[in-house]
Amino acid sequence: MVEFLSFRQSEATQEPAVTVESFTGQSNSTAVRIEAGEDARELLPYLDRLSLVEVNFPAYGDGRGYSAARILREAGYQGELRAVGDVLVDQLVAMRRCGFDTFRPDKALDDAAVERALNRYADVYQKTVDGRTPVWAKRRPESVNG
Amino acid sequence: MYRYDSYDQSIVDARVEEFRDQVQRRLAGQLTEDQFKPLRLMNGLYLQLHAYMLRVAIPYGTLNGRQMRKLGEIARKYDKGYGHFTTRTNLQYNWIKLADAPDILAELATVEMHAIQTSGNCIRNISSDQYAGVAADEVADPRPWAELLRQWSTFHPEFTYLPRKFKICVIAAEDDRAAMRLHDIGLKLVSRGGQVGAEVYAGGGMGRTPMVAPLIKDFVPEDEIVPYLEACLRVYNRYGRRDNKYKARIKILVHELGAEEYKRQVEEEFAHMRELGLNPPTEELDRIRPFFANPTYEQGLSDSIDRADPAFALWVDRQVAAHRQPGHAIVNISLKPRGGIPGDASAEQIELVADLAEQYSFDELRVTHAQNLVLPHVKKSDLQTIWRKLDEAGLAEANLDLITDIIACPGLDYCSLANARSIPLAQKLSERFADTGRQKELGELKVKISGCINACGHHHAGHIGVLGVDRKGVENFQLSLGGSGAEDASVGQITGPGFSEDGVVDAIEKVTDLYLAQREEGERFLDTYRRLGMKPFKEAIYG
Repeated sequence: MVEFLSFRQSEATQEPAVTVESFTGQSNSTAVRIEAGEDARELLPYLDRLSLVEVNFPAYGDGRGYSAARILREAGYQGELRAVGDVLVDQLVAMRRCGFDTFRPDKALDDAAVERALNRYADVYQKTVDGRTPVWAKRRPESVNG
Repeated sequence: MYRYDSYDQSIVDARVEEFRDQVQRRLAGQLTEDQFKPLRLMNGLYLQLHAYMLRVAIPYGTLNGRQMRKLGEIARKYDKGYGHFTTRTNLQYNWIKLADAPDILAELATVEMHAIQTSGNCIRNISSDQYAGVAADEVADPRPWAELLRQWSTFHPEFTYLPRKFKICVIAAEDDRAAMRLHDIGLKLVSRGGQVGAEVYAGGGMGRTPMVAPLIKDFVPEDEIVPYLEACLRVYNRYGRRDNKYKARIKILVHELGAEEYKRQVEEEFAHMRELGLNPPTEELDRIRPFFANPTYEQGLSDSIDRADPAFALWVDRQVAAHRQPGHAIVNISLKPRGGIPGDASAEQIELVADLAEQYSFDELRVTHAQNLVLPHVKKSDLQTIWRKLDEAGLAEANLDLITDIIACPGLDYCSLANARSIPLAQKLSERFADTGRQKELGELKVKISGCINACGHHHAGHIGVLGVDRKGVENFQLSLGGSGAEDASVGQITGPGFSEDGVVDAIEKVTDLYLAQREEGERFLDTYRRLGMKPFKEAIYG
């Protein structure tokens, strides 16, 4: 069973994440945790000093964390972006596409199911922040739009 | 018609295998129903009152004969021999076994069809105008845009767990045949300075809080439509309410923020999004467009129709619409036979329409949000033959947009959400007003019935709307008047206390009698209602 899943080259950040409020307040922490409903853009002035952003999913159906992740990656955040909480195997692909690169689900995931999920779809329709080439660009290799 | 390339096909095939795996885990007991539910709901499989219901997507309501025939074959093989066309221009099977669902999806995939995102809090099937490509007043065929958006919205990673479901509609004509402004987002293609782009309407919808969508952007060019929609969706995903499912649709967000403030937030996000290169290059729309090019019509055909048979002439007058091409016509096929179930078709009827599409309509047909079918490219000289074949199959009802052309949801006969039965009421109304002369006399009159507050039967948009509710364990029907889903979109007003099933049929008869007595030259029911207001109608019903 998988309790922690990482797609990063480097070691996972061990520092405990602090709340957005205490992070932006005064702390010199480099790890922060965003709750659903908190504005990821509050972190944009601090991206350089951050090494970990944890995004909490209180329930798998609460999709606000996907926007939070993409906003951070679109702004150039390169550090660890970790999905925590009610993270199920069926959401891994979408989360990867939105820029998450580590996962600490409340309930450990089945290794084989993770493997199957990650390899299921060879093609994607959208350009996001994960660098995968969307189908529309594959159709016209000479005109890849970014 | 759009045809899949190997990329489209591989994505749909992968989904079939994924779902097969999920169903096997469920049948083997590795997944509980609670764990399985969100997975099946992402694929249009609902557990209803008596069985599983599978909802198959018919993107923008367009399909070919082969696809239609497959729908009939599935109805015969896996259902009780019926399919039900819905107000989302989808098709539902009401009697599906869970173990069969993966095989059905695999069969659908062989004809480039799927059930992806026909349920769940995600972007649903994109809808459009059933006369797309043949409507005289359209700016461009809206379906290439709809197909572009189908692909963009398929497994969109950021917008798969929205606060609530999300419906998008694309039209391109002044006449709105698709209830565009009652969608979460409605796009209307317009031409400005020789460039085609979209007017964007956001925050429409039905349900328990009906709203007509306000215009939030007067022109988005084709090379910016994806980032603009991503901006609309991102603002909604971040700030739409998640504390109460009945207040979670985008209409509530737009209403609570105000259209201006929502628009401001979207513009801010759009300014950011447009820098990210999210829009497919214009070549992609150019790639899609030729798939929807009109067929090569025969030239020099006559426009004359032999009207010797009065029954045929009646059908022509009601069901046949003008086509752009001389000698051709658009045929509307009614799925509202006298006393029938609105939108239902038997496997045999589905297969017959598939044959007709192949033989007489350049292998193309359409599904309408009013739960009827359309053959878009028919030679006038073939009309009589088509009519005869439809008549033999019980499909030659001549009631398009008349009082018996009723929209109704499946209601309590099938649906686990319903409070009341819609179908028996639709059948009674259909019988009460069956007389052809009387229907014709009443003219355009759109009756829409929902069996619960979720409004799948579009009752808010009915010239006459009926909402079934549960009152202390007894079915009760509320009547509303004055709604419209067309270009003059409006939300109907409730007349007053509700009725029994028979009582509401009587009440509808009273309002139609008043209309006949009070109407002025050229007025439809809706026009008379708008001129007179509710008061006289209320007096006629309750006085």
